[in-house]
Amino acid sequence: MNLELFLPELTLAAFAIIVILLDLVIQRKGWLVVVSLAGVVVAAGFTIIMWGGSSQAIFNNMLAVDNFALFFKLLFLAIAALVILASVDYVSKFTRFQGEYHALVLLSALGMMLMAATAELISIYIALELTSISLYVLVGFLKDPKSTEASLKYLLLGAVASAVLLFGMALVFGFTGKTQLGEIAQAIQALSLSGVLASPGLILGIVLMIAGFGFKIAAVPFHMWVPDVYEGAPTPITAYLSVASKAAGFAIILRVFYSAFGLPQWLSLDWGMLFAVLAAIGMTLGNVVAIPQTNIKRMLGYSSIAQAGYLMVGLATVGFSPAADIVGRSSLLFFLASYALTNLGAFTAIIAISNKLDSDLIQDYSGMGKRAPLLALALTLCLISLIGLPPAAGFMAKFYIFSGAVQHGLLWLVVIAVINSVISAYYYLRVVKVMWLGEPASEEKVPSSGALRLALSLSCLGVLLLGIIPGYIMKLAEVAAKMFVF
Amino acid sequence: MAVGLEHYLILSAVLFSIGLYGALAKRNAIIILMCIELMLNAVNIAMVAFSRYIVPLLLTGQVFVIFIMVVAAAEAAVGLAIIISIYRSRETIDATKIDLMKW
Repeated sequence: MNLELFLPELTLAAFAIIVILLDLVIQRKGWLVVVSLAGVVVAAGFTIIMWGGSSQAIFNNMLAVDNFALFFKLLFLAIAALVILASVDYVSKFTRFQGEYHALVLLSALGMMLMAATAELISIYIALELTSISLYVLVGFLKDPKSTEASLKYLLLGAVASAVLLFGMALVFGFTGKTQLGEIAQAIQALSLSGVLASPGLILGIVLMIAGFGFKIAAVPFHMWVPDVYEGAPTPITAYLSVASKAAGFAIILRVFYSAFGLPQWLSLDWGMLFAVLAAIGMTLGNVVAIPQTNIKRMLGYSSIAQAGYLMVGLATVGFSPAADIVGRSSLLFFLASYALTNLGAFTAIIAISNKLDSDLIQDYSGMGKRAPLLALALTLCLISLIGLPPAAGFMAKFYIFSGAVQHGLLWLVVIAVINSVISAYYYLRVVKVMWLGEPASEEKVPSSGALRLALSLSCLGVLLLGIIPGYIMKLAEVAAKMFVF
Repeated sequence: MAVGLEHYLILSAVLFSIGLYGALAKRNAIIILMCIELMLNAVNIAMVAFSRYIVPLLLTGQVFVIFIMVVAAAEAAVGLAIIISIYRSRETIDATKIDLMKW
């Protein structure tokens, strides 16, 4: 067995343990940030070395090492690095447990990397829970009433969702006798259509699995935790949750549904239609409820429900298109990358501003254009990208995903999505208006640390690059989408 | 009457529904955790039954159940820690009173 194919994960696990141990002995906690970042960089290095190689499976076909998994691993490592940079200010205020904070960020990144690679039901469950349990703790890290409340809500709802997911897995296992995704696919194709329709247990299992995964990606109607958790969690963790755990959810859904339930065609049309309906409800509800919000983190929570809706348009396209067609998958990967950079940029700016203001209310952002022109400019760019206007990345992402959907006969869904983008412009632009046209409450400047400025400029640079020259990342996404082991 | 796969599945479905009802309707956070545990055990029964009747020569279901039990224990540990942290700041674990954030 090739253990070297598992090196990125091993590196990250080792560095997480080193960070915890180092926290016990060193006095200058700043080194913890350096060590965590070093772990991320080394793991990313190993991942990049593997990129482009032929697809392989390790651990008895439990983990796939293909370009799809590597793409997501790089995405998660980049997100983790930006989150660690953005939380330097935040964490330096903690008197205890700084090591645990960084270690948990690394461990949840490890869980997400495994989620992108697993091709077997048991390891999917383990990877999912490794991610979730680390995140439950991180959400409650502040120990103030709001943070613990968010953490409890996340834990209880998350545990119910994973129980539902497990029941679905039990049914799928029961009706196919397999847990490996490729073998499940073979077993399903061997079933006769009338046999499946006569005993709908398998379909029930698939639907329950959609419910369980839908919780992770904040799909309506499994979204109730999102606004509360986003509001209560420490802001860097909100940023982390909103992009990384969502991307991991989409990675696992893509792999499970494409490689296990992708054929026969009627089955993939069925779940494609299910995702299309969830997408339509999700973006409408997210955008409409975001309008009256006064807290910016809560508003971005509803915005992320809406963005999950746009992403599910891509999932529906994958369900509707024939297996050889990569348009749906590659545009979904591109959207995830651009959404990750955009939301991380927005939340990094919010971290800097709320550190100074000690408030997340949109009205307190009044006059921010005069107090912190660069932060306000960066936040404006990210909000424009979330609306989906050029020259930001969001425009190209929406363009790719919607044109793929139109090609495969989902015009009605794209019409709903475009109407929703117009609705969303209202609440995003309201923040922009308050920042640039409002009167500042005081003349004080908003300070920010070097690490935070670095994270913010990297995200904004990414947003602009993906918006202006999207071709390169789109090529990477196409390479990643083509490669599935099973 | 011989006990077959369907009897185990009915038991599992009933237990799962009781657990889901409890998780949605109960107010005490610890009881909600217990109900979630009930849902996971319902899954365990289904897994073992499927494994015994569908693939009797393999132990896939049993292995799955062991992993579920381990993860459930970890989840319960984190859950109880969070409940203690809530109790320290509010002196209640009544889910209806943990309502600082609402839309």
